[in-house]
Amino acid sequence: MSSGIEQVRSLADQAYKYGFTTEIEAEAAPKGLNEDIIRFISAKKGEPEWLLEWRLKAYRLWLTQEEPVWPRLHHAPIDYQDSYYYSAPKRKDGPKSLDEVDPKLLETYEKLGVPLQERARLAGVAVDAVFDSVSVATTYREKLKEHGIIFTSMSEAVREHPELVRKYLGSVVPYSDNYFATLNTAVFTDGSFVYVPPGVRCPMELSTYFRINAEKTGQFERTLIIADKGAYVSYLEGCTAPMRDENQLHAAVVELVALDDAEIKYSTVQNWYPGDAEGKGGIYNFVTKRGACRGRASRISWTQVETGSAITWKYPSCILQGDDSVGEFYSVAITSNYQQADTGTKMIHIGRNTRSRIISKGISAGHADNTYRGLVRVQPKADGARNFTQCDSLLIGDLCGAHTTPYIESRNPTARVEHEASTSKISEDQLFYVRQRGLSEEEAVSLIVNGFCREVLQQLPMEFAVEAQKLVAISLEGSVG
Amino acid sequence: MSAAPTPAWLDALRRDARARADATGLPTRRDEAWKYTDFALSGAAAYPLAARWQDAVPASLATRPVAGGVPLVLVNGTVVGDWGAPDGVTIGRLDSPDARSLVEAHLGAVIPAARKSLAALNGGLFTDGLVLRITAGTRLERPIEVLSLGASDAASGPLSFHPRLLVVVEEGGFATLVESHRGTGAYFSNSVVEVALAEGAGLDHYKIQDESLEGVHVATLGVSVAARAVYRGALLQAGSRLARHEVHASLCGRDAVFELDGAYLGVENQHLDNTTFVTHAAPGGQSRQLFKGVLDNQAQGVFQGTVLVERAAQKTNAHQLSKALLLSAGAGMSGKPELEIYADDVKCGHGCTVGDIDETALFYLRSRGIAEADARQLLIEAFLADVLEHVSLDPVRETFTAVVSERLRRARLGKEDR
Repeated sequence: MSSGIEQVRSLADQAYKYGFTTEIEAEAAPKGLNEDIIRFISAKKGEPEWLLEWRLKAYRLWLTQEEPVWPRLHHAPIDYQDSYYYSAPKRKDGPKSLDEVDPKLLETYEKLGVPLQERARLAGVAVDAVFDSVSVATTYREKLKEHGIIFTSMSEAVREHPELVRKYLGSVVPYSDNYFATLNTAVFTDGSFVYVPPGVRCPMELSTYFRINAEKTGQFERTLIIADKGAYVSYLEGCTAPMRDENQLHAAVVELVALDDAEIKYSTVQNWYPGDAEGKGGIYNFVTKRGACRGRASRISWTQVETGSAITWKYPSCILQGDDSVGEFYSVAITSNYQQADTGTKMIHIGRNTRSRIISKGISAGHADNTYRGLVRVQPKADGARNFTQCDSLLIGDLCGAHTTPYIESRNPTARVEHEASTSKISEDQLFYVRQRGLSEEEAVSLIVNGFCREVLQQLPMEFAVEAQKLVAISLEGSVG
Repeated sequence: MSAAPTPAWLDALRRDARARADATGLPTRRDEAWKYTDFALSGAAAYPLAARWQDAVPASLATRPVAGGVPLVLVNGTVVGDWGAPDGVTIGRLDSPDARSLVEAHLGAVIPAARKSLAALNGGLFTDGLVLRITAGTRLERPIEVLSLGASDAASGPLSFHPRLLVVVEEGGFATLVESHRGTGAYFSNSVVEVALAEGAGLDHYKIQDESLEGVHVATLGVSVAARAVYRGALLQAGSRLARHEVHASLCGRDAVFELDGAYLGVENQHLDNTTFVTHAAPGGQSRQLFKGVLDNQAQGVFQGTVLVERAAQKTNAHQLSKALLLSAGAGMSGKPELEIYADDVKCGHGCTVGDIDETALFYLRSRGIAEADARQLLIEAFLADVLEHVSLDPVRETFTAVVSERLRRARLGKEDR
């Protein structure tokens, strides 16, 4: 057991599996951030006037805002002027099909284990691959079209479905929401747009692979998913990023809207580059994700497996407006080396008989800090609201930290709110039991940790569940304590 | 506001505290620890400082000790009357020359200066105070009772005062302290109690806060628990329109034990806040906290509990549970149980629930022929029983129970009025 720390170190020394850079000529805006850059981005994407105005409004507000200091995170000040806000893979007229896509790009996905055509064909997954800022390839769109489902890049949606975009964009996360969301509003370059019409059950899992590539490019994704009455959609998001020294900022915004009886399931496996063993480099991931259960009996479920990034700051939330609506949050956050995670959720109960469930599993190893921060609020009119929250933390090694900061606010006597949290380490008894069955210490830890996370992992769609289980094991390899 | 003349050495301490209070300012809702309690809104900060109490205890205030202990009485923060100290105990005023070494060693030592609290304000403005010292090895049978009384009327207008108490239990000593807070009229009592337990020492500490409903009560309790020392506290919070009990406990020696049980009852427009910071700084410590609250009418409850386990505090066992019952549509509860853990070989947990009386239990009792109101009363008392049964001193438990019953009756009346 005493070798725990060394083993954690050996884990840290493992090279980042996905650390490589594709050399593609990027067409970038000059470094820095000002109104001209925003006009450049907007013009580049041929956006309508109202969108540009919205961006500028956000930018002007952002200038007056201050970076939040309340998270349990420590990092050097971010120089927002020392970054590129727009870069797109260079292309002539834009690819019409996969054949036209830069083969180097496809190669990158290949290395990542995302064989676009094959995987799409074999697994029936439509992949809207975002490489830096512009959607490069979209598959299965025809099939989705048959069902009336719109699944496009955000830029395309702005051109082709302006009425939908204008109606819903910023309706869940307003431009003034928070420092990073406001920044995103000003400079977002692309992202995914999904609209599922009334009564339609999306026949396949929708997924996007995000990747940061060009050096010094901030990634500002904007995703909007709308499930109309009685619709169902499951969206998968996964990310990896190439290895480099400089810290990179990622400030995405995801908005979900579920109308009457609709259901949205949003799953994430986040594996951005976490930095090296000394805590140098790695992605700063400041994400605003929020879903609005607008309709009655609507349902939004967030599942996330967070293993990457030097800093993770995200609180996927549900606003339970519709009566009988349901919000769920399932999370596994693994931090090792010098990673820091401050993550959790908000469940805002507004409608009657709204229910929410929060299951959070945090695992800390090395010098990492892992914080669960959440809010459950029951408003006065939320009769019969129900919340159950469970936060468990596991510490591996004695140099890391695990923290739980839940806020619980109930204003309705018929509501029931329950929160429980525990912090512990893998017990000697558990380890001994598994080891005496002939498993090595490492396998035993992997097994126990996977068991610890089981409730969350089993929420993931099949495609992700396998990957996630492997990730959990890889992330903790050698960190036996 | 002019403070009473005090010796130079105490003045120096007071000036430090005053400077700190001036530098940090009064807490606002922007301060994380005051997120749910708006002290400024209470207007109490503007209440003029009460003059040093010169008279006898007013007849309107009962001074009978709760548990038949040695009574020490403060009126508006001024120590009134004499006392006889039992063997092995020295009791003195804060400004007495004998108290100097203790005061300099312990006053303000436990409550972190960096955290914005009203303790610094007390430190700058207290007019009087008491120091209790239980000498090494003394195990007191009879409790020591501190009665802090607030008195204001139409003639005096609202007043503020800052009672101060320092309790030092030396190695292997043990004492029982019963603290009662009562009063009439509108006043702001900003109490600070500091407890220093040396190795193997013990203190059973009961607090009954049943202040005037026009009053504002903010109390800051600092506890340092050395190796193998045991602190056991039980609190009943029922008085004041705004009440806050803020605890800073540090388990700084090996195998220290800290236990705190709290019951609170809010009626009418009361705002009741319990905020605790428990720091495990040494290995093998054990802490347990249980808070149960009943909120009726428009009452608002707050529970914020932070358990910090430092890197050195391996083998820590920390548990915290907060449960609240909301009995009326206007009542509300905000909670923030917080764990901050830097040691791996620990067992820490917290739980927090907010809800109404269990309908099934109510139905069960009613099916046995018990009237609804009685059944509710029974279930509320049963809900609080977990806390009450940790009160091992019989007369204190009886007082707790009596106050609970009186408050529930009042809450019911409040409902009938509407």
